[in-house]
Amino acid sequence: MSIEFIIAAIVTIVGLSTPILLAGLGELVTEKAGVLNLGVEGMMLIGAISGFAGTVFSGSPYIGVVVAAICGALSALLFGFFVLNLNSNQVATGLALTIFGTGLSSLLGLSYTGRIVSQFGSPFPASLSKHPIWQVFFGYSPIVYFAIFMVFVVAWFLKSTRGGLILRAVGENDLSAHSIGYSVIGVRYAAVAFGGAMAGIGGAYFSMVITPMWAERMTAGRGWIALALVVFASWRPGRLLMGAYFFGILMALELYAKAGGLSSVLPAIQAIPSQFWAAMPYAMTVVVLAIISSRESGGGNAPACLGKPFLPTN
Amino acid sequence: MRLKLEKRPEPSKWMVVFTPIASVLLTMLIGVIVFDAIGVNGQRAVVDIFLTPLLASYKWQDVATKAAPLIIIALGLSIGNRANVWNIGAEGQYVIGSLCAAGVGLAAGGGGGGLVISAMILAGIAGGTVWAAIPAVLRTRFSVNEILSSLMLTYVALQVLGYLVGGPWKDPNGRNFPATAPLTPDQSLPILFPGTTIHLGVAVAVILPFIFWAVMARSVFGFQIRVVGSAPHAARHGGFDSKQTIWLALLIGGGMAGLAGALEFTGLLKAVNLGYPSGYGFTAIIVSFLGRLHPIGCLIAGIVLAVTYVGGQVAQTTVHIPNSTAGIFQAMMLFFILASDIFVRYRVRFVPTPKASPAIVPGE
Amino acid sequence: MTDMPPRLSLRGISKRFPGVLANDNVSFEVKPGEIHALLGENGAGKSTLVKMIYGIMQPDAGEIWWNGERVIVPNPKAARKLGIGMVFQHFSLFEALTVLENIALGMDGKIPQRELEAKIREVMNQYGLKLDPQRIVSDLSVGERQRIEIVRALLLNPTLLIMDEPTSVLTPQEVEQLFVVLRQLAKEGCSILYISHKLHEIKALCDTATILRGGKLVDTCDPKAETSRSMAEKMIGGNLKTIQKPASREFGSEKFVVNKLGMAGLGHFGVSLKDVTFTVRAGEIFGIAGVAGNGQNALLLALSGEEIVDDAYAITLDGQPLGVLGAKQRRLKGLASVPEERNGHAAVPDFTLSDNSVLTARDRLGLAISGIIQPRAAKKYTGEIISAFAVKATGSDAMAGSLSGGNLQKYIMGREILQKPGVLVVSQPTWGVDAGAAAAIHQALVDLAAAGSAIVVISQDLDELLSLCDTLAVINEGRLSKSMKVSEADIEEIGLLMGGIHGEADTGAKNAA
Repeated sequence: MSIEFIIAAIVTIVGLSTPILLAGLGELVTEKAGVLNLGVEGMMLIGAISGFAGTVFSGSPYIGVVVAAICGALSALLFGFFVLNLNSNQVATGLALTIFGTGLSSLLGLSYTGRIVSQFGSPFPASLSKHPIWQVFFGYSPIVYFAIFMVFVVAWFLKSTRGGLILRAVGENDLSAHSIGYSVIGVRYAAVAFGGAMAGIGGAYFSMVITPMWAERMTAGRGWIALALVVFASWRPGRLLMGAYFFGILMALELYAKAGGLSSVLPAIQAIPSQFWAAMPYAMTVVVLAIISSRESGGGNAPACLGKPFLPTN
Repeated sequence: MRLKLEKRPEPSKWMVVFTPIASVLLTMLIGVIVFDAIGVNGQRAVVDIFLTPLLASYKWQDVATKAAPLIIIALGLSIGNRANVWNIGAEGQYVIGSLCAAGVGLAAGGGGGGLVISAMILAGIAGGTVWAAIPAVLRTRFSVNEILSSLMLTYVALQVLGYLVGGPWKDPNGRNFPATAPLTPDQSLPILFPGTTIHLGVAVAVILPFIFWAVMARSVFGFQIRVVGSAPHAARHGGFDSKQTIWLALLIGGGMAGLAGALEFTGLLKAVNLGYPSGYGFTAIIVSFLGRLHPIGCLIAGIVLAVTYVGGQVAQTTVHIPNSTAGIFQAMMLFFILASDIFVRYRVRFVPTPKASPAIVPGE
Repeated sequence: MTDMPPRLSLRGISKRFPGVLANDNVSFEVKPGEIHALLGENGAGKSTLVKMIYGIMQPDAGEIWWNGERVIVPNPKAARKLGIGMVFQHFSLFEALTVLENIALGMDGKIPQRELEAKIREVMNQYGLKLDPQRIVSDLSVGERQRIEIVRALLLNPTLLIMDEPTSVLTPQEVEQLFVVLRQLAKEGCSILYISHKLHEIKALCDTATILRGGKLVDTCDPKAETSRSMAEKMIGGNLKTIQKPASREFGSEKFVVNKLGMAGLGHFGVSLKDVTFTVRAGEIFGIAGVAGNGQNALLLALSGEEIVDDAYAITLDGQPLGVLGAKQRRLKGLASVPEERNGHAAVPDFTLSDNSVLTARDRLGLAISGIIQPRAAKKYTGEIISAFAVKATGSDAMAGSLSGGNLQKYIMGREILQKPGVLVVSQPTWGVDAGAAAAIHQALVDLAAAGSAIVVISQDLDELLSLCDTLAVINEGRLSKSMKVSEADIEEIGLLMGGIHGEADTGAKNAA
């Protein structure tokens, strides 16, 4: 195995893990506030098409990403209205958001199919970003750095700020937080919107960096993996980062298997069908969830109010 | 002004029936407005999606064959949803059920007849059940959330399908196209009305809701599911085991999805290819809620959703909107029906925002 | 100092809830630096009263005066602004957060973390309240959790501190530490309103005691001048001795035997059961008295089979072990139960009465035969209940949730009693039920016992138990006292046992035995 191969592999893994890292971070914050939003997949698709369209219109991928974040947040606020104001069932409403986002992105994306947009360059000079070795640090799109940066921001926010404290309090015991005088619904709206914005950016990463073009249902279930990632990480941002890279490795295996890259390393692997590798991230998610959930006896670190409606008595 | 909710002493039966209808009507109304706003003839689009399939008799067979799997899957899912067990992997169970039926068909060689067809359908039910048993084991033994596990297994099921139709089960006479060899006529379900595509599975989908209705209303099992969903503590008091409820809810959901897959395969599609998964497993979730988790409600809601599928195709040609538009309408209906739950359980009133009077604190 | 107005003065406070007058024209004063006890049984109206002082509820009539000025306290924030602090019986803490974070969340203003931590340490040192601010609340003992609440209240420099049943969850050592803190606070001029039903604590700690009974003020006295017995009598009511008890009857064999039943507490605040032992003979009505939250819920669940215990022989019916059987099997063996909560536990509010009959009577009465519900049989049985117990309902198709509390309770009791169970365990059979319905329920229980069933009644209503039961035991912190014959029982002894005075209780139990 050459050093070039390893570096190329790392670059691939980091790239593949970025969307689930972004969406997972957003969902982590949402869930920390006590809201289970199963609409991540739908919000990612809305982010993917709106980011793409925003880039087409503006010519700037940076503006595209902002558009993706805004549209992701708006779709999350729609969800928020139903579950926070009307107390609709969070599981079913999240599913509705996924179905809605899938349909809406297909409709909006119709005129963008097959188009190509201007792309992010690496924010670093070519001497670093294209360097055979240093590209492992400098050869990524700005979204990758943003995602890693956000891991630290979210970790800091949750741990060390008053806002983070209130957010955790709301997710932990909404009635107590309400009785002390905090706006449970307000905090949850903010958390849901942040989750939507992050999922939107994660989705935009598909259409603007990975492919980069628009295709229907292009996120292919990664939103659901992001949801599993939050459980895997026990609602801790640091573990979320590690988990994202773990799933990134699994997804990279599929790419290499399809490209025949693995059989050059280990000829016996050739006998394994490519679908095995494609199924791997999903199957492994189930296995990992089983290990995590049984070890931590049913969620362990999960926010106590996760998924439950907020019903104050007065 | 703010919303004030007053809990009703008992859920409004009138609202239970009215809100699904209102949800459909509201969806149509918003559809008109939104399509007009984006420059499509909204009225035409909504008429084509919601009404043309019902008015044009030549569309009826499409509605019937699309409604059948939706109704059958939704019947099973309603049981889980009632008991707060969330199986959202019916699509995967449907695919595995279809594959098991196809496997039996292949194993039978060219052989056909009632016995082979029955074996195919039973294999379909078994396949869906087994696929749903995985989340059941994970939930009851390892406390893994069944939402995520059942969904993840759907993606695994799609890869199993991809592998089988592209590999061992590929039709040798299929010009290398990844698909199974089509069933022979005597391996297929009988057609009910000659000259149409309406197969025996449609009859099953019409009969089953009544059987489910009877079971849910009359059997101790149906009683158990209803109690668990309505008052879990009372269920415990009545001596019902919560793990058993989870198992039953998931297995029945899987079995019905498998049955739907087997019927779709033997009755309509006759071959499995990469485009076989149709999203019925997901749409059936909407059917189940729009039908208010009631078997007869599922029958009606299944037809409504089938109409939007067929109507979506109509609108594709008439007003040139993509097929996926139907998905938006379906999601809107689900949003509205979920939001309208509040009207069933609460009276909603607008009251003036109360002004907090400050403490009278004497001068210090 | 002499002309100092009272810190707090209540004048004619009344509060009415649907069907109950929770506080009826209550007036008393708390002086600066005074430790003032508010004494009463459950339901006497203590909690309602302090909720009005702390601004959680508003009185229907009457005035609150604070340091000589009339005030209206619209919400807890205003109460804190006045200088009123409160430590609740059930803490409103955030389990997954640290001590420091919990306290920070409770502060009305924004205080930098380091400054807050310094202030907390100062308060803790001043009063000897040991706590590590960085620890997670879920790892703390109940006593430590209470210290958080106390520190949180003290940080606001209150001049009146309300303590709601503060020692119900503490060990004797923790109680001593708490008293030291409270005495020091009082010495510094802070008034303390101390709510309790524990007589010896009030004698040890308080300067004045105000006793409530049935929402009315019974007496304001000096606890040090009173005996525990005299205060218990005022709290429970001296007229109890005149209640007619059923004449001693001949009982049959030992029918229902509970032997060293133990069970871990359910949930964080659940009380665990410790070595609960009692025997009920055929024809006997066995009462379990106790103040709410002393393990009654856990006991009902363990007896009904909704919770299973490890030891099969911890619960036996006619010698058959029931401990490891679930509710369904126990019913088949003849053990029926009625939990305290009617809506959602004993009955499904969204179901018809007929369906609710199926819930618990399906196997014993053939309301379901080989898995098929027999609606006609269910309706017939429901009709029998309705007529036998005079349940006011539109019929067997009425939704359970549409019945009034008393009628629903009559239906539920009827549903179990008409099954003629060998053993019936009921919790709070007449809670929130009007007098007529209560009498009917009591008569039905007596008749069932006369027919040879063993009956266990768990109740917080001592009057009810004394008039209904043959034998009585008191549950306190998950332990059951020795059984005593009601005809020989001493009312004050029971009051003391309920108050958790174990030393005196032991002698009392010996006397009774």
